[in-house]
Amino acid sequence: MQDLGDAFALAFQLVLSADADLIEIVGLSMRVSLSATAIACLIGLPLGALVATGRFRGRGVIVVVMNALMGLPPVVVGLLVYLHLSRSGPLGFLGLLYTPTAMIIAQTILITPIVAALSRQVLEDLHGEYAEQFRSLCLNRWQTVRALLWDARYSLLTVGLAGFGRAVAEVGAVIIVGGNIDHLTRVMTTAIALETSKGDLALALALGLVLLAIALGVNAAVQTLRLTAARQAYA
Amino acid sequence: MPDAGLVTAPPVVAPPEGAPLLPLKVRDLGLNLGGATVLKGLSFDLGPGGCTVIMGPNGAGKSLLLKLLHGLMAPTSGRIDWAGQAPAAVTARQALVFQTPVLLRRSVAANLDFVLRARGTGRGMGRAMRRARRDALLAHVGLAHKAAQPARLLSGGEAQRLALARALATDPQVLLLDEPTASLDPASVLAIERIVAEARERGVRVVFVTHDVGQARRMADDVIFLHRGGVAEHAAAARFFPRPDSRAARDFLDGRIVV
Repeated sequence: MQDLGDAFALAFQLVLSADADLIEIVGLSMRVSLSATAIACLIGLPLGALVATGRFRGRGVIVVVMNALMGLPPVVVGLLVYLHLSRSGPLGFLGLLYTPTAMIIAQTILITPIVAALSRQVLEDLHGEYAEQFRSLCLNRWQTVRALLWDARYSLLTVGLAGFGRAVAEVGAVIIVGGNIDHLTRVMTTAIALETSKGDLALALALGLVLLAIALGVNAAVQTLRLTAARQAYA
Repeated sequence: MPDAGLVTAPPVVAPPEGAPLLPLKVRDLGLNLGGATVLKGLSFDLGPGGCTVIMGPNGAGKSLLLKLLHGLMAPTSGRIDWAGQAPAAVTARQALVFQTPVLLRRSVAANLDFVLRARGTGRGMGRAMRRARRDALLAHVGLAHKAAQPARLLSGGEAQRLALARALATDPQVLLLDEPTASLDPASVLAIERIVAEARERGVRVVFVTHDVGQARRMADDVIFLHRGGVAEHAAAARFFPRPDSRAARDFLDGRIVV
């Protein structure tokens, strides 16, 4: 309990004093996780929409695989990305290992299946409601997908949030491909892991509290947006 | 950029374009769903112009017949011939208004914008002209003052009027209506009947499904009475209402339960 009390005190102290290291770590965490979420949405949302509106052979298998990939183990993803980006790997010439870019790649691979699978479910439900009307209007596939993505935008915010939550809380993949290098690839989760291993539990807990506060803040903002949209019958 | 205020709105209901879809010939039409026969041996012809009302008790197959005519479903047997073309080939030249309108999660105006853009009926007009068409359609159905409101907050009658405006935005040759006034108050019913009647006067062929005998009397030029999945009677309204031939139609008009 002493640690928890110290942690709260330290967390407040770090935030109030605008600690430069903390700001750097939080900034990098946000940059990596938001970039990965944005890229995962760019790939995952259209993919989810195409599977949601498509009727083709093997669709059931694709849905099962998409759902299964939501549970990708981060360390396995980290290892695979590491093998590809290491000097002897096929993409080693890019020199991306132990850079924020490598961390973004790993997190994107981790959360794209989450975004695709969850958006597929959201869009399939909406498509069930719209399908007959859209067929009556003779909309093509592209028009259908665009309309579904736009009309489901507030529900898809939650999907993006799920992806962001997974990314920002993830440690296994980013520590392998980022290396937890101070002032270069250290993010909140890897810093927490490091401080814990050093025995500085108060600092680890303080960082954890800041991480929790950020996650709560982002969730609250999205939830407020959704509720506002729902009140206006747009959600 | 032209001044929107100076743009002359295109007609709310444009005269039908393209090769005519009428006459319609339906021959020996049958439909099985889930192992049950829901339509069987339907045959009738529809000529150009006017309003055909399809009536019949619940489960007679009225809504399914509309979907078959519109090309949303394929029959199990028989043939539908829109002036030599299959229904699926002419879906774009018809519009179907469903009993429960499916409106997009957007504003009233955006619902119309979407159709005008997606169907290309607003293409070549320019943004100002398309906006003028949209505004004219909204004024035509009495929703101009609700343009900025979310479509899903409209009342039942308003939602159905928006669905009608959306259908008219596609410049259909044939307007198919599946009980569009079910569960609406009398004022909304009359508003929708007025819009449909104006479309008919401008040359749009109307096929209207209803349970409401009074409405059928007001709207119909001819009546197709469906019973047990078949055409029990197809007659001019002037003859059907005073002297229906079939027992089922007589019972229906007299308010007796038809099974």
